[in-house]
Amino acid sequence: MNTPSKYDPLKARKKRKKIIHGINISICVIIAAMFAIMFLTPIILTVTNSFMSASEISSNYGSVFARSEKGGRVFISEKVNLKFIPDMVSGSQYLTVLFKSPDYLFKFWNSVILVVPIVGFQLFVALLAAYGFTRYRGRIREIIFFGYIILTLMPYQVTLVPNFLVSNWLGIIDTRWAIWLPGIFSPFAVYLLTKNMRKIPSSFIEAAKIDGAGEWQIFSKICAPLCKGALCSVAILIFIDYWNMVEQPIILLSDEAMHPLSVFLSKINSGEIGLAFAVATIYMIPSLLIFLYGEDYLVEGITFQSGIKG
Amino acid sequence: MRTTKELTGKATKFTKKSKRSSRWFLTPSFLGVFIFFVLPFFVVIYYSMVNNPVAHEFVFLDNFAKVARNGAFQRAVRNTAVFSAISVPLAVVLSLLLAVVLNQRLPFHSQFRTAFLSPMMVPVASIVLIWQVLFHYNGAVNDLIVNLGGDKIDWLKSDKAIFVIVILFLWKNLGYNMIMFMAALGNLPTDLIEVAELESANRWQIFVHIKLRYMSSTILFVTIMSLISSFKVFREVYLLTEDHPVENIYLLQHFMNNMFGNLDYQKLSSAAIYMSLAMIVIIGVLFAIENHFGKDVEE
Repeated sequence: MNTPSKYDPLKARKKRKKIIHGINISICVIIAAMFAIMFLTPIILTVTNSFMSASEISSNYGSVFARSEKGGRVFISEKVNLKFIPDMVSGSQYLTVLFKSPDYLFKFWNSVILVVPIVGFQLFVALLAAYGFTRYRGRIREIIFFGYIILTLMPYQVTLVPNFLVSNWLGIIDTRWAIWLPGIFSPFAVYLLTKNMRKIPSSFIEAAKIDGAGEWQIFSKICAPLCKGALCSVAILIFIDYWNMVEQPIILLSDEAMHPLSVFLSKINSGEIGLAFAVATIYMIPSLLIFLYGEDYLVEGITFQSGIKG
Repeated sequence: MRTTKELTGKATKFTKKSKRSSRWFLTPSFLGVFIFFVLPFFVVIYYSMVNNPVAHEFVFLDNFAKVARNGAFQRAVRNTAVFSAISVPLAVVLSLLLAVVLNQRLPFHSQFRTAFLSPMMVPVASIVLIWQVLFHYNGAVNDLIVNLGGDKIDWLKSDKAIFVIVILFLWKNLGYNMIMFMAALGNLPTDLIEVAELESANRWQIFVHIKLRYMSSTILFVTIMSLISSFKVFREVYLLTEDHPVENIYLLQHFMNNMFGNLDYQKLSSAAIYMSLAMIVIIGVLFAIENHFGKDVEE
């Protein structure tokens, strides 16, 4: 019955399709790999270079960071030597950053103290608001919600002006409150959490109601726990945004001692350029750790965000 | 909630009660937003129409005209517009390409996703050092160009600076956009695609006429998000070049910073209002375009 020698057009077509499919996949892998290399190279370079000794860095990159107006230049080669692997792995930069020059650790602490309260309290305030937008959807509340969306879409250039004016009136300008308060009440988290909470079946809430639960109990025992995933996603998104902040501190905090590391890193002078890579790496660590543990939440959060019209 | 309301009178009572009691949950956020964003914005509108913060003389649109004639503002608007016009379409198209590529059930699929997403997590401040090493006049990129027989380009201090910023922008934002497109690609109506295949439509036809059509709302959203991020690119510029960027990367936020520095409330307010109007118009137009193209596929 089986006639393998006979030419079977259907089989041949299938085979050809398979080969084309294979070629397609390999092209895709090559494209993806190229992008992956481009995306990862700067990160990897920063990390590996942080293990170079100070002298190795200044001999490799001295020509980039030496600023002529400072005078007294030591001889450095005209070209940079971009290296993935240091000649000699050394932890000396980290030792200096951690134990000998506490300035960087202070700035790191500044970042932490600015960002952590914003993430925590913005989530709390937004979760409450999301409950308010979920439990009752009258016309006025829908209008307010729409206002929140418009506000979320406004760029910093617009929102920083009102923030500045209020901070000025309240006399909190040049204090951390000027960063904290607008951050805590930022409408960003409200939109995502509301969208998420509205997906909770109302029968859950009605059932609890009939069992005699009060609003606060419904909120804290049913709605808030069911939003756990969304809370993680939003927390990550808020964290990245504020860990990265530049605009707010340079406008709202004139005292450089309070600036977070994100602003300070660019001002490292050429004498300490060796340290800069180590500091940069230390600054990446919290967000990279969060990324490793929360990549799925992050993906979920971004995915959820894109349902803006629904 | 609505349905139960219609079903029983008891539920109506619940809904009414929940309207009142859930109001308290909204209060903290609403007050905060009102005090820090809405109320001062009205003051911004007021400031934009008076001559100075002391005399409070009403001048209506004078400030707007003054800002519009301001050379620095014009340059900032032009540069920001050029930057967005280059970077937003690239960010949309390239991330769509990446999403389509990753969607082919590739080997190492999740590793690739991690690689594409990681730039988003890295603070810009940590990465500008290596960017300077790469794009400095004596930097690694020029080294490569010279080795290939080209001429050195002063990337950061010439009109080429905008390309460096575009690359940095794409590096940081492609992953985020890609995730949104991947979600959209996963939600396409498979039955429709199968029918199209049976009707012997080729892959390109399926992609253009079905996939892109059904993704139109995602494309709109990615475009809006990229546009917003493109306004945020000041961070990257500031960290790379500090306060003195070359002329063609002098952005709107630089202008605002100068105005903050001089405490020129009138110019600040007028510029902020210009920008919010521009934002509303752009978003409105994008929604209108999407409505036009995606009307018949709306679920």
